[in-house]
Amino acid sequence: MGIVSPGFHGRRSAAAPELPPGQYLTEDFPVLTAGPTPRVPTDAWEFTVVTEAGQRYAWSWADLMALPGQTVTVDLHCVTKWSKLGTTWTGVSLDTLLENVETAADYALVHSYGGYTTNLPVEDLLDGQAWIAFKYEGEDLAPAHGGPARLLVPHLYLWKSAKWVRGIQLLNEDEPGFWESAGYHDYGDPWREQRYQGD
Amino acid sequence: MTPFHGPYDDGDYADGNALAGPLREIFAVDLTAASGRCAHCGAEGPVALLRVYAHAPGLVARCPSCTEVVMRLVRGPNSAWLDLRGATSIRIPLGVE
Ligand SMILES: [Zn+2]
Repeated sequence: MGIVSPGFHGRRSAAAPELPPGQYLTEDFPVLTAGPTPRVPTDAWEFTVVTEAGQRYAWSWADLMALPGQTVTVDLHCVTKWSKLGTTWTGVSLDTLLENVETAADYALVHSYGGYTTNLPVEDLLDGQAWIAFKYEGEDLAPAHGGPARLLVPHLYLWKSAKWVRGIQLLNEDEPGFWESAGYHDYGDPWREQRYQGD
Repeated sequence: MTPFHGPYDDGDYADGNALAGPLREIFAVDLTAASGRCAHCGAEGPVALLRVYAHAPGLVARCPSCTEVVMRLVRGPNSAWLDLRGATSIRIPLGVE
């Protein structure tokens, strides 16, 4: 993918209000990956939530498919400065998945197949802000983009939307994830340009 | 969580020489000539033979034997972060005193 000159996008220039500061618009969907891509068959796939008390909740792929799905259109903002607007995803809201989970934890550490982790406050997973997404633009989510299922939490930089999501650990104390422990911002709000620690 | 043993696609990586420029900015020696020991599997080998995933928010260098992370390097506008928790040691060849 080449460098996109903001001048070629007219009203959607870097100064346009629909883009957070420092971002440029891209039409394609760059694949970022910090390691090998796991090929998780859906019949072996499992999503778990483990609470601060150690209580474990688990969903098989069939369990996930049986839950009410939502289709949402959201903008994606990657910390490497590209943004992609108006992407459509289908998934199950974390409100649905966490509805009957007994917890008072404030923090979540998200785990992926392949060992990736990322942290965020539990409140950012709730109130229609986060999904376990399994379709992108109406198609099954490709492994390169995190399939069979990824976390989608589009109001934060995209590294928080963990590909190949496997589970969520609910914690009383904040625990930094893969990039958060290597210089990236703990929260990662694109509109406040929280890229690196100290931003 | 217990590791997911696969299958995996290798994905798009370069060899450890991709670390030469970014590490030279931090260290006075060429660290791609150094050898490191993987904290996960104990394999020892030259930094130049690590698998470097560069299409990411930072550089992620993985062990060619076990694919676990040996080194992470993040370059911000004012700082670099070098995470070596995946390496138990790094042996750097130096000139004879
Ligand atoms: Zn190893």
